[in-house]
Amino acid sequence: MTSPVDKPALNLSRIAIHAVLLLAVLLYLVPLVVMLLTSFKTPEDIGSGNLLSWPAAFTGIGWAKAWSTVNGYFLNSILITVPAVLISTAIGALNGYVLSMWRFRGSQLFFGLLLFGCFLPFQTVLLPASFTLGKLGLASTTSGLVLVHVVYGLAFTTLFFRNYYVSIPEALVKAARLDGAGFFTIFGRIILPMSTPIIMVCLIWQFTQIWNDFLFGVVFSSGDSQPITVALNNLVNTSTGAKEYNVDMAAAMIAGLPTLLVYVVAGKYFVRGLTAGAVKG
Amino acid sequence: MATLELRNVHKTYGAGLPDTLKDIQLAIKDGEFLILVGPSGCGKSTLMNCIAGLESISGGAILIDDEDVSGMSPKDRDIAMVFQSYALYPTMNVRDNIAFGLKIRKMSQAAIDEEVARVAKLLQIEHLLGRKPGQLSGGQQQRVAMGRALARRPKIYLFDEPLSNLDAKLRVEMRTEIKLMHQRLKTTTVYVTHDQIEAMTLGDKVAVMKDGIIQQFGTPQQIYNDPANLFVASFIGSPPMNFIPVRLMKQDGRVLALLDSGQARCELPLGVAADELEGREIILGVRPEQISLGAAEGNGMPAIRAEVQVTEPTGPDLLVFVTLNQAKVCCRLAPDVACRVGDSLNLQLDPARVLLFDARSGERLDLAASGTAIKDNVTRFKGR
Repeated sequence: MTSPVDKPALNLSRIAIHAVLLLAVLLYLVPLVVMLLTSFKTPEDIGSGNLLSWPAAFTGIGWAKAWSTVNGYFLNSILITVPAVLISTAIGALNGYVLSMWRFRGSQLFFGLLLFGCFLPFQTVLLPASFTLGKLGLASTTSGLVLVHVVYGLAFTTLFFRNYYVSIPEALVKAARLDGAGFFTIFGRIILPMSTPIIMVCLIWQFTQIWNDFLFGVVFSSGDSQPITVALNNLVNTSTGAKEYNVDMAAAMIAGLPTLLVYVVAGKYFVRGLTAGAVKG
Repeated sequence: MATLELRNVHKTYGAGLPDTLKDIQLAIKDGEFLILVGPSGCGKSTLMNCIAGLESISGGAILIDDEDVSGMSPKDRDIAMVFQSYALYPTMNVRDNIAFGLKIRKMSQAAIDEEVARVAKLLQIEHLLGRKPGQLSGGQQQRVAMGRALARRPKIYLFDEPLSNLDAKLRVEMRTEIKLMHQRLKTTTVYVTHDQIEAMTLGDKVAVMKDGIIQQFGTPQQIYNDPANLFVASFIGSPPMNFIPVRLMKQDGRVLALLDSGQARCELPLGVAADELEGREIILGVRPEQISLGAAEGNGMPAIRAEVQVTEPTGPDLLVFVTLNQAKVCCRLAPDVACRVGDSLNLQLDPARVLLFDARSGERLDLAASGTAIKDNVTRFKGR
């Protein structure tokens, strides 16, 4: 006896569903395939074949040239992203802790106003930010760009942590206070150890946002301090000489790899963390 | 070991908002077990948080060992608390949960180990020390939560509905254990519950609260036998006290309450002065066990025949419901009483034990003040 669950009937509708899904997958993969194939072709090969043709011979010259062009900017991006992600996550955690566990008069209003930060388009903060950076003497520096990213990201990180922490029973904090623990002891010893999923969410979110940012990078940095997104744009948009599509594609892949890596390493926490607060209610 | 005194404690969450706690006044001696009991929203948990220092009070004073602690932070009050949700630190194992407060207070590692061992032995949780709270059952978590409170040997223990998350059987077991623990340790304890059985069984003193006001403060026996008002009378006791609206009649200088079961009528003599009750709506309160089955030929006590409407055998008792003056009345009879629905029973109410309440205000009307005559009557009845 076989139950119907063991062997799904191979009927027409099921075949149709899978066919459509497969088509969608292929459609989404085409750009990546084109990029990968092109990055391993020689410029002549690109000129002769079509987009999807297999390279005549796999060559790494595109990747080598791309790396030698963008490696300085790649490092810039790391120097910008890592501190900005860590600082904005740390402050966001502290903010969320205060806004959920140590409410003060007007803290709900404060949180509501902070949420506006999530809806602010990048463009609106450009002028005030550049004015502020100028006053602080941080214009066109890496630290300046880090500061902009930290401030802009705080609305999001605070939101993440606050919503995660409201699902933690308040009694935990009360118990710790009676045990004699203070504000930072409770945060460090009790709350932070419980926060792994939301820290992961925050890290992924902030890393993706800051690494992929172009607008802040192009506005608040210049020359050698530019992040890789800006460098990539400059590389692709050069109007002199022949277009080296293999180099462009390889550089774009290099620019995209770190975010991909972060997703692969921490991705399983992402969905878990995003839904954790929602399910507990 | 400490005394606890609350003087005119007052709490409000802002001007214009109703008071959460009003003029709370009570004192317990060293080693006493105080129960704060009341329906949800009566302010009992708020009061406990105020004692713990987790919430500030708006007026009055809280004194521990005659020292005003109302301005102190929770950690300086030397109080430990067991929470309804247990509030165990989920990332620490049982040992660290118990040791956390000791570490914060900078005790030496040797002393901490010794204290954890002592508490674990006391609560029989030695085999659980390495586990995380998530790996424990509800009853085990409860023990660990108590262990954490016991570990510091604080002046006062606070229990905030510690048993309400346990299943019925475990709740009864833990109740006995808490009582046993208190008898052994003799530490001053404040215990919040909405369960009147816990209140009756555990407490040396009980404070019944409603709407932020202490309705009555006394020993469990005082609260049970001598409730201050209709609310206390209805809240304490299971099955609850019966409340029968009555009309009063004056006869030969005595006051009689008229009871009507639909089948029969009866005049219950009451020991109250007549003029005092002129024109007031009166409710007669009688506990189910104070209604007894009258002998067939009568023993001089007033009796009334009433039709049995529902019977509920509970095992040790038989609960019989009848109607008196249109009110449903529960009688607690011996389980071997043979009676079926539709039968007619001869019921007796002891006039010396019934209580009278003003129906409007809910205030208790004092019986003792007047009726010497009725007391003589009762003695005579009992003598027979």
